[in-house]
Amino acid sequence: MTDAATLLSDPLEEVAPPRGQHGAAAWVVWLARRVGLALLTLWLVSILVFLATAALGDPVRAILGRDYNANPGRVAELEAVLNSDASLVSRYFDWLGGLLQGDLGTSLASGQPVSELISSSVVNSAVLVFLAAVLMIPLSFAIAMISVHYRRRRPDTVIQTILLAMAGLPEFVIGVLLLALFSTTVFHIFPAVTITSPTGHPWDNWKVMVLPTLTLVLWVSPYVSRIVRASLLEVIDSEYVELARLKGIPENVVMRKHALLNAIVPGIQVIALQLAFLAGGVVVVETLFAYPGIGLQLVDAVRNHDVQVVQALSMIIASVYVVVNLIADILSILLTPRARTAISS
Amino acid sequence: MTVTESSPKGGLVVSDLGVDLTGKDIDVVDDIDLVLKPGEVVGLVGESGSGKTTVGTSLLNYSRAGAFISSGKVLLEGRDVLGMEWQEVRKIRGEEIAYVPQDPASALNPAIRIGKQIVELLQLRNIGTSESRLQGARDGLAEVGLPSDDEFLSRYAHQLSGGQVQRVALAMAFLPKPKVLVLDEPTTGLDVTTQAMVLETMAELCRTHGVSALYVTHDLAVVANIADRVAVMYAGQIVELGPRDAMFRNPAHPYTRALLDSIPHLSQARALTGIPGRTPAPGARPSGCRFHDRCAFVVDACKESVPELRPVAAEHDVRCIRAEEIGTWDISRGTVPDADPDRPREVILSVDHLNVFYGSKQVVYDVSFDLAKAEVVALVGESGSGKTTISRSVGGLHKDWTGTITFDGDELSKSARQRDAVNRKRLQYIFQNPYLSLNPRLTIEQIVKRPMELFGIAKGKEATDRVVDLLDQVALGPRMLKYQASRLSGGERQRVAIARALAAEPDVLICDEITSALDVSVQGSIVALLEGLRQQRGISMLFVTHNLALVRSIAARVEILQAGKVVEAGSVVTVMETPREEYTRNLLSKSPRID
Repeated sequence: MTDAATLLSDPLEEVAPPRGQHGAAAWVVWLARRVGLALLTLWLVSILVFLATAALGDPVRAILGRDYNANPGRVAELEAVLNSDASLVSRYFDWLGGLLQGDLGTSLASGQPVSELISSSVVNSAVLVFLAAVLMIPLSFAIAMISVHYRRRRPDTVIQTILLAMAGLPEFVIGVLLLALFSTTVFHIFPAVTITSPTGHPWDNWKVMVLPTLTLVLWVSPYVSRIVRASLLEVIDSEYVELARLKGIPENVVMRKHALLNAIVPGIQVIALQLAFLAGGVVVVETLFAYPGIGLQLVDAVRNHDVQVVQALSMIIASVYVVVNLIADILSILLTPRARTAISS
Repeated sequence: MTVTESSPKGGLVVSDLGVDLTGKDIDVVDDIDLVLKPGEVVGLVGESGSGKTTVGTSLLNYSRAGAFISSGKVLLEGRDVLGMEWQEVRKIRGEEIAYVPQDPASALNPAIRIGKQIVELLQLRNIGTSESRLQGARDGLAEVGLPSDDEFLSRYAHQLSGGQVQRVALAMAFLPKPKVLVLDEPTTGLDVTTQAMVLETMAELCRTHGVSALYVTHDLAVVANIADRVAVMYAGQIVELGPRDAMFRNPAHPYTRALLDSIPHLSQARALTGIPGRTPAPGARPSGCRFHDRCAFVVDACKESVPELRPVAAEHDVRCIRAEEIGTWDISRGTVPDADPDRPREVILSVDHLNVFYGSKQVVYDVSFDLAKAEVVALVGESGSGKTTISRSVGGLHKDWTGTITFDGDELSKSARQRDAVNRKRLQYIFQNPYLSLNPRLTIEQIVKRPMELFGIAKGKEATDRVVDLLDQVALGPRMLKYQASRLSGGERQRVAIARALAAEPDVLICDEITSALDVSVQGSIVALLEGLRQQRGISMLFVTHNLALVRSIAARVEILQAGKVVEAGSVVTVMETPREEYTRNLLSKSPRID
């Protein structure tokens, strides 16, 4: 078309924004910075964890109790293991050096390597959190989408009221209610406590997993669902959703492609926070259902003054926090074209 | 009679369309009758709140949340779009009636590449193969003068400029080869040269594809350049409808005339006027003729019943019972002599060798100009020309600059904070967007009183009296005193902003695009107000704008800016009658005009 040609050659035509050829390099630099920041965070956490556990008091005195004065030989033995004579700083660096080499130390209470002691409970907790996440994410999005579909009409109001009430309940209340309903008082479908053979896993009997998972799902979903609903509502009111409708795009495609794609980022951020929260928050749920996970073990270790185990578990929980948030940040950037292209150009 | 005459291809007939607010018996638009002939562009003109966008989307059987289409028919080749099942409506949308949005920068999905967005509809409907769709997208982009390579197709909306994004939206709308196009203010916010390009592209596409278009806009000047016929809307009704030339030569409705009176011309300075009162919102519209409470020709009969839309000439309809009695009209009425270029000047503010930076990036290069007492100097340019940056530097709001700014003999410090109170008081700034520049927590009284207290001009009862006085000068009543800004319309807010600036008793006002967010009739009254202030108080003004026609009516001198440099400067008459620079000539030729 001749007109198009003349239009293009218009001297006032805006030029395209420059597109960098260094996209990949820019990504590497950006990623390196984020990972570096994550490592820095973990390092600071390690200092705090070490100082906090050191402040618990003398572990030898706590472990030996009344034997402390009666048995100087045992005291000397334990102090040698702990290297109590060395300064706090040098003990910290010994510990950190071990951590970096994957050596979590030896449990003072049982004399076994910490990694052996905690490996099964770490796996058990990971499975529990993973199951909860797999159920919670689609559930929260589904509830949010139903709510948005009925926006500000009765079903939406009912859903929001229920979600708000649930968000206000502490997890142990949810757990106790579920126990009463499905295990003890009303029905007797699911076991109230987790019974595991020493060599097996809790999920060998699937019924055991139901109540702990359900408790976590019901505890976390309301938050996620409410945030996703709010960001979906904002997106639904946007002009690009209006245009998609005026273009004749079917409503389900409008929701899925045009709306959800833009509402997912706040959802990812809140899911990450909740997952990280679960990693630390399983303590109560595991205690309630006697589920052999890190939560239960952490409580025991604190009670027994098993400093090494407390340190190792704290570092694992902190790492989950940092890693999950790092992944969420990367995903958010990847799903936001404006942010993504800002990095590569 | 041939087949094509009895069942014309394309075209659209709207009859008795009404849209109501949900749950209330309040109409948003009412009694709309409109015909789009095949290949014809009809301009639908109205100010904010007139219901023009509502009519536009109703043609696609769509209404925004909170409103519903309550009556009428939209006939597309004999089929009623409003009476269809929703599956059918969805099929009509895009394929037969397409929509081009107001602000495509926010109407294109930020998360989907433009190539995918363009072909999305065809893909969902399984029209063509993926190769033929892609080729269609490439051809469409080439047709609107954009690159069509893979790199361009894989961009996101935010990687395009405003003009590019608008043309992508046009290409997207044209791809399924619709018969009818609804364009909702598609050039608002674009520079004049970009606007001219988009309009040309649109007109060319409509011609070559035989598409009829409804062009919804608030800008009569744009309509004068592209429409075959024009419909003027006021308060939810079409008040006048006719062929373009008849509408501009013999407007028959008092509202159309008032609207035309408020529009500045490129060829001659005008004494612009506004329309008294404000556009009534749905539910607050008067009975009888909806314009009667603002009309200069009102008689008792106007208040009794809603006038019918009736013919006054061939194809020219008007909704006014007195159309024949209100006399003839002339497009050049209200013209006044241009500002005298030889008037003696007593310089009050001079800017010398101004260079402005944002960090390491220089945005203004060696700009010098001056401003005399009781004079208006216009800074004109497209977006990115540095006009606002210059005014912010003069006002002390941006401090990263070099050069000298002398104000009545004093050299001004870089930032307003470092300037002494006297200079701050004498130099006042009015911002572009009155919706953002007034503190929503304060009452109008507090807002206007603030500068008086700050500069120790008055306080207490005396200050309140002065506020009333100032509000009176900007044509606002004393009942506004206790209002918060949220209760005011855009024009009223901008008047408050002007009153606040005047409260400091300034000698120089810096007006940064102060009318660009306002309707034309409101712009007319604001300009009339400023002209009065200049004459009575001898206030000088630095007037930043992108609208050259407005410059002709308000300013005595003009500085044309391009990419941070002054390309041409001089008296308004000289620059606009005999422009020396290609750039100025281009700006002038691309500006839409009604004269």
